[in-house]
Amino acid sequence: MKTTKNKISDNPTEGIKISGAEAVIRCLLAEGVDLIYGYPGGAIMPIYDELYKFQDELQHVLTRHEQGATHAAQGFARTSGKVGVAMATSGPGATNLVTGIADAQIDSTPMVCITGQVASHLLGSDAFQETDIIGISTPVTKWNCQITKASEIPSVMAKAFYIARSGRPGPVLIDITKDAQFDTFYFSYEKCTGIRSYKPVPEIEPTSIIEAAEAINNAKKPFIIWGQGVILGNAEQEFKDFVEKSGIPAAWTILGLSALPTAHPLNVGMVGMHGNYGPNMLTNECDLLIAIGMRFDDRVTGDLNTYAKQAKVIHFEIDSAELNKNVEADIPVMGSCKDSLAAILSLIKNKNHEKWINRFDEYMKIEVEKVIDKDLNPTKEGLTMGEAIMAINKYTKGDAVIVTDVGQHQMVTCRYAEFVRSKSNVTSGGLGTMGFALPAAIGAKMGAPDREVVAVIGDGGYQMTIQELGTIFQTQTAVKIVVLNNDFLGMVRQWQQLFFEKRYASTEMVNPDFVAIAKGYYLDAKKVDKREDLDAAVAEMIASDKPYFLEICVEKEANVFPMIPTGASVSEIRLT
Amino acid sequence: MKNNNTYTISIYSENNVGLLNRISAIFLKRHINIESFSTSPSEIKNVFRFVIIVELEEEKVKKLIQQIEKQVDVIKAYYHTDEETIFQESALFKVQSRSLFEERHIQNVIKDSHANIVVVTPEFFVIEKTGFREETEKLRKDLAPFGLLQFVRSGRISVTKSKMGISDILNTFKKDN
Repeated sequence: MKTTKNKISDNPTEGIKISGAEAVIRCLLAEGVDLIYGYPGGAIMPIYDELYKFQDELQHVLTRHEQGATHAAQGFARTSGKVGVAMATSGPGATNLVTGIADAQIDSTPMVCITGQVASHLLGSDAFQETDIIGISTPVTKWNCQITKASEIPSVMAKAFYIARSGRPGPVLIDITKDAQFDTFYFSYEKCTGIRSYKPVPEIEPTSIIEAAEAINNAKKPFIIWGQGVILGNAEQEFKDFVEKSGIPAAWTILGLSALPTAHPLNVGMVGMHGNYGPNMLTNECDLLIAIGMRFDDRVTGDLNTYAKQAKVIHFEIDSAELNKNVEADIPVMGSCKDSLAAILSLIKNKNHEKWINRFDEYMKIEVEKVIDKDLNPTKEGLTMGEAIMAINKYTKGDAVIVTDVGQHQMVTCRYAEFVRSKSNVTSGGLGTMGFALPAAIGAKMGAPDREVVAVIGDGGYQMTIQELGTIFQTQTAVKIVVLNNDFLGMVRQWQQLFFEKRYASTEMVNPDFVAIAKGYYLDAKKVDKREDLDAAVAEMIASDKPYFLEICVEKEANVFPMIPTGASVSEIRLT
Repeated sequence: MKNNNTYTISIYSENNVGLLNRISAIFLKRHINIESFSTSPSEIKNVFRFVIIVELEEEKVKKLIQQIEKQVDVIKAYYHTDEETIFQESALFKVQSRSLFEERHIQNVIKDSHANIVVVTPEFFVIEKTGFREETEKLRKDLAPFGLLQFVRSGRISVTKSKMGISDILNTFKKDN
């Protein structure tokens, strides 16, 4: 029951001491947090006790596993643009957060994790549920900090949120000993506005803008690759203006997807291992490669020694550590791309690279004939993953948030899903975390409650976090869950077929009755395995205003193409 | 392992618990061995300084510096060659006292090496030598025949010939905030 009057947080704290646990809640509220994900346990019980008191102002979603809490917080952050918050107890609770934290770190997702810790006098004594979560989480957090005194809570929490959301965002972990949660102190909160050792956004060098503009104006075959930086920097409009004025064909990395509508005439598709034919081939033909908010991941570049060697490279980047890390930039443009793209706009000429864009169309024709047509208009009996995605496109009109897990279904979905607005693609990119999608979808829906959220998941990854169906049922979060079931760990099986002479070691799945499981959680559920039933099933799922589970049985041994084999050049992309 | 050089990495940072772990994790993740490591307060109040020695290609050192500097609690990181720094190491040698009286030659060894005698007890005496690696190493070899009870050498400490400019960074922050 929500009340607008008499909020507990309105009660003044001046002149009275409050507990560290209450301070944590007040800090969260002061940072604008009204929703967190977590799982209680011994060392964090004082904070949960305060959550009980503040439940009208701060909603806590009980996931079924701490990993689910982190992925839900990530999904929330990705669709809302706010900082996701996950909470867990010490020991196993804390270690279960690690996968989600690592995922958030590599995919630059703003997240604050709060863990309980054994009382400070027990630190180092191998106490019950004691684990060195600061040590464990150090390599996978942007920052972390242990609090042993209640009075440290406000300043550390303020720093945590500032660090998580500023510059290149990332996960922060705050570990609070149980005695610090119980202790009382005089509370006051001040938001963090700067840290002397930390410069989140480099200043734009005006000469870099001028040099970049000149290179862009002189290029005959320029090519843009954009990444998630455009989305994280809220630079979608500036990016679109830049693309349209320069007339340069633009391709996306998997995390950049949805920043520019799929149907935009200058959107030429995806780069990388399972990206489109043209963008990959023409990476090695362009004379100017303009990288915007992307980090030249190995899944994007393939072999670096044969990557875009002929091209001059402009790199728009916010994180100085990314500069020249994998690909040498001829013209680095450091700063937030929202600012740098806005600054460059007036310096670039209106252009139309028609002949060059035709090259992308030519490659697309080949890709349609050799790959896409088979995926989307199959003549064989079994359903393809591509058909399933097209049906989802049809009934969501391309305006859904699409959450994917990791593997074949992820590549197919990202290749074929249509998007009309940004922050609509939620997937585990850098870490490749199977089990990401189901809990991330919960957070994605809560972060964008007015939008349709469809999670597309493989039968393997689905079973890694399947218990989050319990969270969906308990919270009645209206996510649509599509499992593309091929009874295989499909991507690994594909590699076994192509590179290990079909030795299918431990990739075949003997699966349960997924519909029965969903129904066990009282969710509406259906299974479809025939082409003629697909559209109706998807239509029914989308029409529902409740959580809904749909199992789509697809071809068992289909492969995802195009494909750049590991270590090969982008121009060695295979269509079969 | 070609084109490896000795580089001195200097890090100016906040003095926070856990930062050491965070910095060493950067080396661990890249499978880079640390040759020597030392940490102390710097010339600026409340700013700590790490001196880390690595043998690496310059390309890799550059990337290490970028990753180190990315850490929130790091103010600034630099790398320098031996030519660009002035550096020393300290060594302590614990020797049986009777050698000092029975082996006349040991006194010449100490004198020639410009080492200092830090303490003398009836059982042992301790010699301190600060200098280049070759100098402490030579002394170790020269003292070995007399029976070294203990030997320890510190990590390299070093200052750069060029200016570091940390105060400027901190002052700029103060002005902006």
